[in-house]
Amino acid sequence: MRSSLLSIVSLLSAWAIPVIVVFIPLYAAYRKVPVYESFVDGAKDGFDTAVKIIPHLVGMLVAISVFRASGAMELILGAVRPLMDRLGVPSEVLPLAILRPITGAGSLAFTADLMKQFGPDSMIGRIASTVQGSTDTTLYVLTVYFGAVGIRKASYALKVGLFSDLVGFVASIVVCYLVFSH
Amino acid sequence: MVNLIWLFFIAAGFVVAATQGRVEVVTKAVFDGAETGVSVCLGLISILVFWLGMMRIAEESGLLHKLSIALQPVVRFLFPDVPRDHPAIGYIMSNMSANVLGLGNAATPMGIRAMQELQTLNPDKETASPAMCTLLALNTSSITLIPATLIAIRINFHSANPAEIVGTTLLATIVSTAAAILADRWFRSRRKIRPPTKG
Repeated sequence: MRSSLLSIVSLLSAWAIPVIVVFIPLYAAYRKVPVYESFVDGAKDGFDTAVKIIPHLVGMLVAISVFRASGAMELILGAVRPLMDRLGVPSEVLPLAILRPITGAGSLAFTADLMKQFGPDSMIGRIASTVQGSTDTTLYVLTVYFGAVGIRKASYALKVGLFSDLVGFVASIVVCYLVFSH
Repeated sequence: MVNLIWLFFIAAGFVVAATQGRVEVVTKAVFDGAETGVSVCLGLISILVFWLGMMRIAEESGLLHKLSIALQPVVRFLFPDVPRDHPAIGYIMSNMSANVLGLGNAATPMGIRAMQELQTLNPDKETASPAMCTLLALNTSSITLIPATLIAIRINFHSANPAEIVGTTLLATIVSTAAAILADRWFRSRRKIRPPTKG
């Protein structure tokens, strides 16, 4: 069970991008789309998107960097470490569970900071990547979507969003341990 | 909330460093953080430019539309109280397929249009209807095929295998989306048994 899961997941990781990269242009050419011009046209947006994140990421990384370098992060994580060790969860990724639903830029910055500290191929780096990639910023999505149509009472939507974030966090840790711990 | 967290990180960092008599680390941390922020964003340019170009091809070839059609039965199952021929269904399908491909910029306007259409079916204009809650749940836990931004950051920090998290991310996102759908169904059924009280 575990070895088949491992092989499926690593097959998927290895094949997903190459298959998409060859399939999309081939299909588009078959549908008579000028593939290269269409590519360049869409690619223009990529630069803007990346540059627009700079203020957010700089702001968040400065704050996280100060928090870590000062020893404040260690002060808080040290308190929960015995419990986390028992559960087998690296306590370094714990702040991500809190940041992820609240601020997209903040959790992205925190993920980048973890990769800088521990390396992207460490277990912490892999878990952080998986957590960051697998859910969206619940509070932001709620504000934008409900705000746009004037909904004031979110009913149970917030509970559902936060619950799925928590499940996603736990699932990311479990999946990473199943796939990467050898 | 974001303002508070940001302020807390900086203020707590300053206080801890100052009380330990090494306030100078704050200065270094500020410049380090700012530098990492810019270099991470510049590292994103390569992948985002490529990926958004790729996705434009997918859009213009009608692939995005095809994916939407394929999602139709799923949408009908998840939104039983929206009439089959209502325009909301079309927008929900586009929103979901853009999310699957990781096209946040395309998904959001479609999602908002879907919300506006669902609002026309909503008897109480200030309270989210069950269909609106379901749409929100799908967007907060969105299934993503390729987490392009994360791959770019991993390349930036010299990962030996930047794409190795594609499979784990997909698995984790399927679990979290399933949890969102189940929780949403559970709340829906509770709401039917006990009608919502005012206030």
